[in-house]
Amino acid sequence: MIILQVEGVGKQFGGLQALSNVTVDLPQGEILGLIGPNGAGKTTLFNVINGVYEPSDGRIIFNGKDITGLKTYDVARLGLARTHQIVRPLNELTVRENVIVGACFGREDHGLAAAGAIADEVIEFIGLSVRTDQLAGSLNIGQKKRLEMARALAARPYLLLLDEVLAGLNPSEIAGMVEIVRKIRDRGITIIMIEHVMHAVMNVSDRMFVLDYGQQIAIGTPEEVANDPKVIEAYLGDPELAERLMSDAD
Amino acid sequence: MDFLSASIVDGLLLGFVYGVAAMGLTLIWGVMNVINLAHGPIIALGMFGVYLIFTALGLNPYIGIVLVALLGLLLGVLIYYVAVHRVINAPHLSTLLATYSVNMMIIGVGTAVFSTSPRNVDFSLGSVELGPITLLGSRAVAAVAAVLVTGALYIFLYRTRPGRYIRAVANNRDAAELMGVPSTRILALSFGLGTMLAAIAGGLIATFFPFTILAGGVYELKSFVISVLGGLGNPIGALFGGLILGVLEGIIPTFMPTTWVPVLEFVLFVLILLVRPSGIFGAKK
Amino acid sequence: MNGLRKYSGLILAIVVVLALVAWPTINGKDITREVVFTMILSVALASSLNILLGYTGYVSFGHVVFFGLGGYVGFYLMAVQNWSLWPAMLAGGVASGTLAFFLGKAILRLRGGYFALATIGVNEAVRAFINNYKPFGGPVGLSLNFSVYQNYGGGAREALWLSFYMLAALTILVIIVSYAVRTSKFGLGLLAIREDEDAAEIMGVRAPNAKTWAYVLSAIFPGILGVLFFFKNGNIEPAPAFRLQLSIEMIVMVMLGGQGTVLGPILGGAGYQRFRGFLLTNPLFKNIQLAVAGFLLLIIVLFIPAGIIGWVRNRFPKLRRVLQ
Repeated sequence: MIILQVEGVGKQFGGLQALSNVTVDLPQGEILGLIGPNGAGKTTLFNVINGVYEPSDGRIIFNGKDITGLKTYDVARLGLARTHQIVRPLNELTVRENVIVGACFGREDHGLAAAGAIADEVIEFIGLSVRTDQLAGSLNIGQKKRLEMARALAARPYLLLLDEVLAGLNPSEIAGMVEIVRKIRDRGITIIMIEHVMHAVMNVSDRMFVLDYGQQIAIGTPEEVANDPKVIEAYLGDPELAERLMSDAD
Repeated sequence: MDFLSASIVDGLLLGFVYGVAAMGLTLIWGVMNVINLAHGPIIALGMFGVYLIFTALGLNPYIGIVLVALLGLLLGVLIYYVAVHRVINAPHLSTLLATYSVNMMIIGVGTAVFSTSPRNVDFSLGSVELGPITLLGSRAVAAVAAVLVTGALYIFLYRTRPGRYIRAVANNRDAAELMGVPSTRILALSFGLGTMLAAIAGGLIATFFPFTILAGGVYELKSFVISVLGGLGNPIGALFGGLILGVLEGIIPTFMPTTWVPVLEFVLFVLILLVRPSGIFGAKK
Repeated sequence: MNGLRKYSGLILAIVVVLALVAWPTINGKDITREVVFTMILSVALASSLNILLGYTGYVSFGHVVFFGLGGYVGFYLMAVQNWSLWPAMLAGGVASGTLAFFLGKAILRLRGGYFALATIGVNEAVRAFINNYKPFGGPVGLSLNFSVYQNYGGGAREALWLSFYMLAALTILVIIVSYAVRTSKFGLGLLAIREDEDAAEIMGVRAPNAKTWAYVLSAIFPGILGVLFFFKNGNIEPAPAFRLQLSIEMIVMVMLGGQGTVLGPILGGAGYQRFRGFLLTNPLFKNIQLAVAGFLLLIIVLFIPAGIIGWVRNRFPKLRRVLQ
């Protein structure tokens, strides 16, 4: 079953074409890695999918429903959750309250009591139990990233958009997070993840999708993508990255 | 018809002075995103400054305004360091209340010292007849002074180093700091300039209207309206906003009771905030 | 016992108000009643504003518009249409709530300072309009016939006591509503909006709706209280009804006690008025009471921005459950 169809989506900001004619179908249960050089339009694509921006062209179909131009909160309630590259904790609320917000206003629209139970379960799953009554603003960056994940998961989404959840983490934290991403997929949740930590994203993704200057230049298995001349060319601006890209594919 | 043109000219002349008052408010907003709620009392202090210099020292009110401008600058810098600097990065509520507390202190002390009885600067420049229109001398001079002040501000902002620093800080404080702009001193200077403009406007108003220590409140509210008309944060736009308001105040009473003027002003104010928060000229930075 | 613990925050808040009400009730003095009237009126106004300011994070600088408008609508119905106080109070609340609903749809799109400015503009526009509105008496306002008070317990003094207990009951109602919002799912949505509106929306909080209802809730009670206040006052005029200063005092009270908490505005409202009363009657400060109050406000803003309750909560996290 196809859970998300992005059909010919474009986005313009003034004279800048941030995305043009992006088309991708996402089957349920897949992990799609979204990569590309900085400024390629990856986060913009997320913003267009979840309704932060309305696309200039094209349509977004989610679970068979056209969600183009819907407000972010309506998209969220249909079962599409996301995390942010720059974390956005609700600082003056506790970790548990943050996650309860996710559960309360997510797809299942729970009351406070039921949301509390879900929050406890998700916090346990994500490994923040010892922090549960701490104010979100007092967490360190790794914990804040987990909190973002927990909030998104508590919404019980069908589709999860992860924006650089591995950035800024140390190697053991990365391994833990990759494990969590796998477990989330095992629960039947479809995932698109933007990532710069190449070995991790190649490792965990079923397919990869590459953007460059707002254009899609490749889509396929990690091996196919890593050996695609256009992808290598796109990354030539950053030779080190290209090298890592190729070595990680082996 | 003559009556209409006379009242438009009156409004226009007054509009220049409104513009100077609003320039002070909008400059502070533009540079540091602070709504200065002590604006009205500082206008009133400008009035009293000129009054005291005129009555106690017997100096010409226009010399008084120069002195008042200087004192206004110093007062603003002081207010910035004492009340604003600590909360400059805090949420809006903090700066609103911090400047309001300054408002309370000025009004509190001012009322105790001057009471709330009306004063006026007993001074006249006579009037000039221009065809059917009678120009009150002090208003005409005030309008000319307002234009000079605007020109001086423009030159300061665009042709001098501190002015360029102010614009840089207004544009992006972090980036300006990285480039070595002493941002704290520039913020204090901007606040000082804002209060200086308020004090000058107060001083000019005192040359033709009677006033009390509470009189600044009306001009503070007008400054809000004008700032929004001209685009919050755009000092030159404020002059045009002032002229528009002045002309409106001249025209409206010719076809409806004067008491409806504030209704229209504030409805216009809210509508512009909603439809074009960048002002009818758009914010220029 | 469990229920007692669960509601300890609410119970503590109500006990504070009841203690205040008990004071003139026990000593029976009119002067004490007047002092406490001002204090609990402030408590009720500050608690209402807190729903918008403290929970939702929107700075309504012109909140007095709801006090004034509700007061005017109710007063007009009493003075001109001969309504009795109770339905007039209801009508005042409905009028303010309705204004907030339509206003909210429009101006709650504005954020930060722009919203604050718009609320000032709205208050000034309404004030200027009422100044010109003949049915409401224009600049002169309206007054009640003294004989009206005989319908409320026999004479003016009885009517004043009745107003006092009515205010006390309303204040407790406001506190219950404030507590119910604070501890509800709706309230959690508001807190999320306060912390980060865009992030809250992305999590599914329907911010435009939630903000509007918070605005309406925070406007209804000032409307009702306005009717009661001006009924007790005997007359209403534009200047005291739409006094911007009262708006700002309301914010100061919320801030002083601790925004976003149930108990904060109660302590802030009562404490502010008590302190103001002290300044006004103290020979040393009488003439410069405004300046002294301004100075203290500055100290609070600069050094304890979280207010009394916020400060205690941060110092003693264990008290969080009680100090809601």
